[in-house]
Amino acid sequence: MSKLGSLGARLHHGEVGYGFVKNRKIWYGISILITITAIVGLAVRGLHMGIEFQGGAVFTTPKNTNASVSRAEEDAERASGHDAIVQKLGDGSLRIQISGIDTDKSDQIKEKLSRDLKIDAEQINAELVGPSWGDQIANKAWQGLGIFLVLVVIYLAIAFEWRMALAAFVALIHDITITVGIYALVGFEVTPGTVIGLLTILGYSLYDTVVVFDSLKEQTRDITKQTRWTYAEIANRSINSTLVRSINTTVVALLPVAGLLFIGGGVLGAGMLNDISLSLFVGLAAGAYSSIFIATPLVADLKEREPQMKALKKRVLAKRAQAAAKGDSLESADETGEAHGEEPEDTATVVVGPRNQPASRTRGRGRPSGKRR
Amino acid sequence: MSWPPVRQDGVRRPEREYEKVAAPKKGRNASAQSKPGRSLALILIAIVALTGGMFASGHNTPRLGIDLAGGTSITLRAVAEPGQESAINKTNMDTAVEIMERRVNGLGVSEAEVQTQGDKNIIVNIPKGTNSREARDQVGTTAKLYFRPVLTTEISGADATASPSPSASSSASDKASGSADESASPSASESASASPSASSTSQGRAVTDALKADATPSATGSASASASASPSASASASDADSKLQAAYTKLDCTDKAARAKAGEGVKPSESTVACGQNAQGQWQKYILGPAAVDGTDVDDAQAVFNTQTGAGWTVTMDFTDGGAKKFADITGKLAKNQSPQNQFAIVLDNEVVSDPYVSQALTGGNAEISGSFTQEEAQSLANMLSYGALPLSFKEDSVTTVTPALGGDQLRAGLIAGAIGLALVVVYLLVYYRGLSFIAMASLLVSAALTYVIMSLLGPTIGFALNLPAVCGAIVAIGITADSFIVYFERVRDEIREGRSLRPAVERAWPRARRTILVSDFVSFLAAAVLFIVTVGKVQGFAFTLGLTTVLDVVVVFLFTKPLLTLMARRKFFASGHKWSGLDPRSLGAKPPLRRTRRPSRPAGPVDPKEA
Repeated sequence: MSKLGSLGARLHHGEVGYGFVKNRKIWYGISILITITAIVGLAVRGLHMGIEFQGGAVFTTPKNTNASVSRAEEDAERASGHDAIVQKLGDGSLRIQISGIDTDKSDQIKEKLSRDLKIDAEQINAELVGPSWGDQIANKAWQGLGIFLVLVVIYLAIAFEWRMALAAFVALIHDITITVGIYALVGFEVTPGTVIGLLTILGYSLYDTVVVFDSLKEQTRDITKQTRWTYAEIANRSINSTLVRSINTTVVALLPVAGLLFIGGGVLGAGMLNDISLSLFVGLAAGAYSSIFIATPLVADLKEREPQMKALKKRVLAKRAQAAAKGDSLESADETGEAHGEEPEDTATVVVGPRNQPASRTRGRGRPSGKRR
Repeated sequence: MSWPPVRQDGVRRPEREYEKVAAPKKGRNASAQSKPGRSLALILIAIVALTGGMFASGHNTPRLGIDLAGGTSITLRAVAEPGQESAINKTNMDTAVEIMERRVNGLGVSEAEVQTQGDKNIIVNIPKGTNSREARDQVGTTAKLYFRPVLTTEISGADATASPSPSASSSASDKASGSADESASPSASESASASPSASSTSQGRAVTDALKADATPSATGSASASASASPSASASASDADSKLQAAYTKLDCTDKAARAKAGEGVKPSESTVACGQNAQGQWQKYILGPAAVDGTDVDDAQAVFNTQTGAGWTVTMDFTDGGAKKFADITGKLAKNQSPQNQFAIVLDNEVVSDPYVSQALTGGNAEISGSFTQEEAQSLANMLSYGALPLSFKEDSVTTVTPALGGDQLRAGLIAGAIGLALVVVYLLVYYRGLSFIAMASLLVSAALTYVIMSLLGPTIGFALNLPAVCGAIVAIGITADSFIVYFERVRDEIREGRSLRPAVERAWPRARRTILVSDFVSFLAAAVLFIVTVGKVQGFAFTLGLTTVLDVVVVFLFTKPLLTLMARRKFFASGHKWSGLDPRSLGAKPPLRRTRRPSRPAGPVDPKEA
C-alpha cells in the first residue's frame, strides 16, 4: 500500500504528475491508430456472429460424452443436412452448433443425434434460435445504445457542460470501437452475452469519466478569478489527483470480471459467463484508458478555445513572464500542488487551522526534512 | 524518530478541541453527519425486516431462471397479418398471454410462466420435469375459437341429477329483469330431460341484440319453444353417432386429463364433446354441433357496464360482415329451439368458456351477452372472444432447453466466479486500505445481504428470476459498489494529506465524495434503466440486477458506510492513524496544515516545473 499510497500523496500534492494534457497529441495519435486498426479489422474481417444471430441450433451434450468430435460432427451433419461445428468443452461435454436450421426441425435433429451418440434425448441441452431473434436482440441493443447515448449527453450537458458531454461521448465511441475491433481482429464469437458486456461498458466507461470530470468541475469553479493556472493545467491536475482512484477502480472492477473470465473460460468452456466477461474485460480496460487519456484532454482542448479561457491563458502567461523576470519562480513553484478550486473552502478551514497548530507544528518538525522537499 | 511520542500526547488534546470546533460545523450540514447511529440502526432494521419478510414468505432463495434450474424457455414472436401491424399492441398481447397460460397450465404443467417481453414477444418458461415438446406444441399453435350450437349438456361428475332443479330456480332469480320472462318459458316447457335445465342455470345469460327492446323477445321465445323441440331432438338422434354419445357418457369433466383429451382433433365441421365450467364452478359436459361461426368472424368484443337496462356487466360483440350473416343464421335457428338447444357454446381450444342462450335471431352484426357477470368475468370472456379475432399468429423465435444438470453446473460456476471475484477484491482492498478495508468489507457484506434478500423477495412479488446474466450483473456490481468506497476513502485520505485529523477529514470529504458517487451511480443506473426498458431477453435480466445493485450501492454508502466511518473515526485505532488503519497520516504523506494558512499570502509563481 505504502508505495501506491505515497504515490497518491505525491500526486495529490502535485509533486509528481504526468502531463496527460501536454502529451495529449501522442495519445490522440495512439487512439486514432488503434481506432483505425479496429475499423479496418471490422471492415476486412467482419464480426464472427454466433448462432444466436444467424439462427440455428446449439446442442450441448452432458458431461463426459464418449463420442469424439469428428464423429459427432459427422452425425450432426447427417442429421441436419447442414454444416456443424463441434467443440469439446472443458468438462468433456460436446457443443454442437448447427447453423441455418429452422426451429421446427430441431426436435428431429435432436432425436437423431441422441440415437447416434447414444445419449438420452432429455439429457441434451438445446438452444434453438430463429434467424430473426438475433436480429431483434441486436436491434434492441442498438436502440438501447442510441437512447442511452442521447440521454447521457443531455445529462452530462446539464450536470457539467456540453464540452464535457461531447468529450465523454467521443471517449465512449472510442471504447466501443476498440472493443468491437478487437472482437473482429481476434475473431471471438459475438453472442448476446457479448452484447450485454458491451452495453455494460457504456455505463462503466462513463462512470470512470464522470469521476474525473467531477473533480475537474470542482477545481475549475472559480478559474477566471485567478491568474495562476490555465485550464489545461488544472485539467491535468485533476486527472493526476484522481489517478489513484482510477487505478483502484479499474483494478477492483477488473478483478471480479477476471474471476468470471477464469471460471467461464477455464471451467465451463464456452458460455454466457465467458462471453460477458470477455467483452467486459476488454471494454473496461479501454474505458479506463480513454477517461484518462482521451476524455479530459479533449475537454481541455475544447475549453481552451473559449475566448474567456484564451484571455485567462494570456493573463497567466503574462504573469508568469513577469514573475520569471523577478526571478522568484523557483521558490513559488513549490506551492503549485495545491488545488486552486479548494481555495474558497480554505476560509472555513482557517478556523480549524490555528487550533490545530500546536499538534501540527510538532508534526511538521518531527518530519524528516527530506520528505518536506 | 521523535514522531510517535510527540503524537501520543497530542492525540487527546486535539481530540477534545475538535469537539468544540466541530460543533458549529455540525450545524452547517447536519443532514450529512448527524447521528450516525440512527442511520446505522435504520439500515439494520431494514435488513432484519426484509430478512424476516423473506423467511415469513417462505422464499428463502431467489427464484432461479430456466438456465440455472433447468427447463424449457420458449420465446414467441407475434406476427401480424399484413396490413394490420397495429394489431401488435398491449391489449392483444395480454389476451394472447392469458390464452397461452390457460393452455400450458391445462397440460398439468406446474408453475409454467407466460409473460410478455418487450412489445412483441411472449416468453413461456416451462420448468423441468415436463414434457417440453407437448408444451411447445400447445404454445405454438394459434387458438381456435368457435361458436357451436349446444345439442346436449349436463353437469359432469358424480351426481348430475341432484343439481338441476335448485339451480334452475336460482338462475331465474338472479337473472336481470329484461330476460326473466324469456328464461321462464323454456324451463316451463321443459320435457326432454332433467339436464337441460341445469345448463340454462349456469348461463342465466342471454344474448340479445343490443338495440332491441325486451317486449318482443319473450314472445318469440315462448312461441318457438314447443315447435323446435322435436326437430332438434331428431337431429341429435339421427347424426348422433353412437360413438359421440358413448364418448359423452364416458366423459368425466372433473378429471383434468380427460378434459384435455375431450374433443381432441375434431374438425370444426364435425360434432364434438367438450367441457366447460358454469357460473357455480361446476364442470359441465356438452355435445356440440358443428361450428357455426368462427373466432375470426368476431371483429371485436368488449366488456361493457350496461347502465340502461340494469343488466350489469355484459359483453358486446361486433361481427365482421361474413360473421354477422353466419351469426344471424345460427341465432335464427337456435332461437326456435328449446333449452338447451337454444344455446350456443363459445368454445376456445375445445373448452366451453360460455354458453349463452338465444331468444331471437340476431341480425344487427352485433350482440350482447348479458347475465350476472362480475367485471372480471366479463372482461375475461371479452378477451377470449377477441382473441379469436386477433390478427396475430405466433412464431417460435428461440427455444432453449436446459437440463437440470447443466443448470446446476452453471449456477455453481456463477457462484464460484462470484466468490473468486469477491475474494480478489477483498484481498486488494485489504492490502491497499488495511484497517479501512474492514469498513469496505462490512459495506460489501451489507450490500450483498440486501441484494440477496431483495432478489428472494422479488421472486414471488414481481416474478423476478435469477438467471445467468443476472448473476453476471451481480458480480460486475461488486466493482461498482466497491468503487463508491474507493471514491470516499480517497477523498478522506486527501483531506488527511491536507493535514486534517481524521474526524474533520471524514466529514469534509463526505459532501464531495457524495456528489461524485451520486453522479456516477446515476449514469450507471441510467444505463441499466435504458437497457431494461428497451431490450429483451437475457439483456433485461442483466440490466435489472445492475440497476438494483446500483440503487442498493447508494443506499449502503449513505446509510451504512458513511455513518460507520464517522463512528470508527472516533475509535482510537483509526483516529490516531494507526499504521494498520490505512489512515496513517505519515504514510499518506500528510502536509502540516501550517503551510496552508501561509499560502494565500504567497505570490503566485510559474507553474509546473514538475512537468519538465
